[in-house]
Amino acid sequence: MTAPVAQAEPNDGPGGLGGAGGGPIASRSAPVSPRRAFLAVLGRDLFVTGREAPIFFAQVILQPLFLLFVFGRILSELGYTKGGYAELLFPGIVALTATLTSLQSTAFPLVIEFSYTKEIEDRLLAPLPVAWVAVEKLIYAALRALIAAAVMFPVGILVLGSIPWRASATPFMVLILVLGALNGGALGLTLGTLVPPNRINIMFALVLTPLLFTGCSQYPWPSLSRLAWFKWLTTLNPMTYISEGMRAALVPKTPHMEPWICVAMSLLFLVVFGTVGIRGFLRRAID
Amino acid sequence: MSDHGGPVDVTDSRPVTDRPQDRGGVVVEGLVKRYRKNPVPAVDGVSFTVGRGEILGLLGPNGAGKTTTIGVLTTRVRPDAGRAFVAGIDVVNDPVAAKARLAVVPQRNNLDRSLSIRQNLVFHATYHGVPRADRERRADALLDQFGLSERQKDKVDMFSGGQMQRVMIARALMHAPEVLFLDEPTTGLDPAARLFVWDRVRELRQSGVTVVITTHDMDEAAELSDRVGIMDHGHLLVLDTPEALTRELPGKETLDVTVTRSGTRSGTRADLVELLDRLDGIERVEDMNKTPDPGGDLRLRLYLSRPAPAMVAAIAAALGDNDAVLTDFRLGHHSLEDVFLHLTGRLLR
Repeated sequence: MTAPVAQAEPNDGPGGLGGAGGGPIASRSAPVSPRRAFLAVLGRDLFVTGREAPIFFAQVILQPLFLLFVFGRILSELGYTKGGYAELLFPGIVALTATLTSLQSTAFPLVIEFSYTKEIEDRLLAPLPVAWVAVEKLIYAALRALIAAAVMFPVGILVLGSIPWRASATPFMVLILVLGALNGGALGLTLGTLVPPNRINIMFALVLTPLLFTGCSQYPWPSLSRLAWFKWLTTLNPMTYISEGMRAALVPKTPHMEPWICVAMSLLFLVVFGTVGIRGFLRRAID
Repeated sequence: MSDHGGPVDVTDSRPVTDRPQDRGGVVVEGLVKRYRKNPVPAVDGVSFTVGRGEILGLLGPNGAGKTTTIGVLTTRVRPDAGRAFVAGIDVVNDPVAAKARLAVVPQRNNLDRSLSIRQNLVFHATYHGVPRADRERRADALLDQFGLSERQKDKVDMFSGGQMQRVMIARALMHAPEVLFLDEPTTGLDPAARLFVWDRVRELRQSGVTVVITTHDMDEAAELSDRVGIMDHGHLLVLDTPEALTRELPGKETLDVTVTRSGTRSGTRADLVELLDRLDGIERVEDMNKTPDPGGDLRLRLYLSRPAPAMVAAIAAALGDNDAVLTDFRLGHHSLEDVFLHLTGRLLR
């Protein structure tokens, strides 16, 4: 790497651009630091989200809130579900919140930023590898999703009256939620960069709805034995392993998938969709 | 200079003093880019050098390869062959270091719509690792200089095209780039905004920044650039100062004429063109009608070797003998448009 080039011109007038910043225009004030650029790009996203916090919460809470309210409260009060269903539902809804919040935090914005506003370009031109910008999107989406998942606990208490809780399972629960948040983000990265911008609405209809209902969020996976074809279908949805992992953590007495399978499959999906998503991002960013 | 229409690539004639990575500015060597689904390369063997503190104008119609060339230099397009250096950095091998030293002002607004004008500037500097105190000070100075101080808290949506362009240039300067790329910087701007941008670009040259501008505006290229490169079909046809490019054209002056055919003996368009082409003192005739109408007026540009005023009478007389009337004429000197026409046989617009 060459040394920074000092290009100070003695005749820099006070109105000249050389005066901006009080120093010569082309004297670099800091060495190139991709790590700092990464944090700055992440900082931008957090800054914007923090400022729009009420909108953010409305966005992420409404869907799980209604799911909890209708399936966990209304149906049980009307007697259509057996007692204890809300206990099974709650861990699934937290899993769903973690996964789908991060999916929607990457997929939609990416499509808009790449195609319509182009506002991602300034970050693609920041001094960090382009793949890191994709990773930043993923991590940012996961952070949003984890906040949303955490908010589901007070929401659950409000809607259901009480929620299952096991302090001893907290570390595993956090691990599973982090995996769920990252998986959703990776899936969103994949969808947001693979689907043509003019098809984004179709994508949401064709992808989001099936994801929402095949992820074992509303039913435990082992209970599907009577519907074998559906049981196998649900194994293709990364959310299944998050829902089952959450049940293993919060309601271990209910039949559930083995926790190690949940972790292993989540890692597998993360590697697959993470790779495809970052590749898709690079293809969109560099011709 | 190449012959009419021949896509002969020029290679920069500047002395090659040392390795490209030791030179500042911009160095492009044998650049080739093919896009998928298109058998014709978008850029086909382009080479040039821009010295430190020089303004290069890349001129050419849409699809000439200007934007692709800039895309490679700004790390957004991966070349199929050739090398490119920005401020001594190989943009393909070390895009991160290159990005730290360059800045881009795109044609289309790509400002961050979630941020205010000032935040756009400050966050850009943060991405580039400018320390906090410096970025606030620079933002103040640039907002002031670009006449944006009063509106610094506004969101981008409320801005006009010219204001947006100013914000994007100010943003680009926040990290003190060594090389600045401007893509069609004044397209769609009103004359005052255009002059403002030109002044800022000249100031940058003063402070040693290398500037590469793409444009299809002849005046802009001639007015602003130290040297102009003309591109067409992925080739760099010529690269020289605007004066040198126009000097090498045949003839000294030009005369734009409109010829109306008045009678039956007027002959075809080709007959009239040939008639004028044979006149003493006319070196070359170019048809300026974009879509020639067989019966309509002819708009021709004549390249003269004799003073134009003396030629007008001779032209009018020759046309009159053929039942055609010289209905309008305008004197001109060679412009870059003539250079482009001479090289490609087409009008740029």
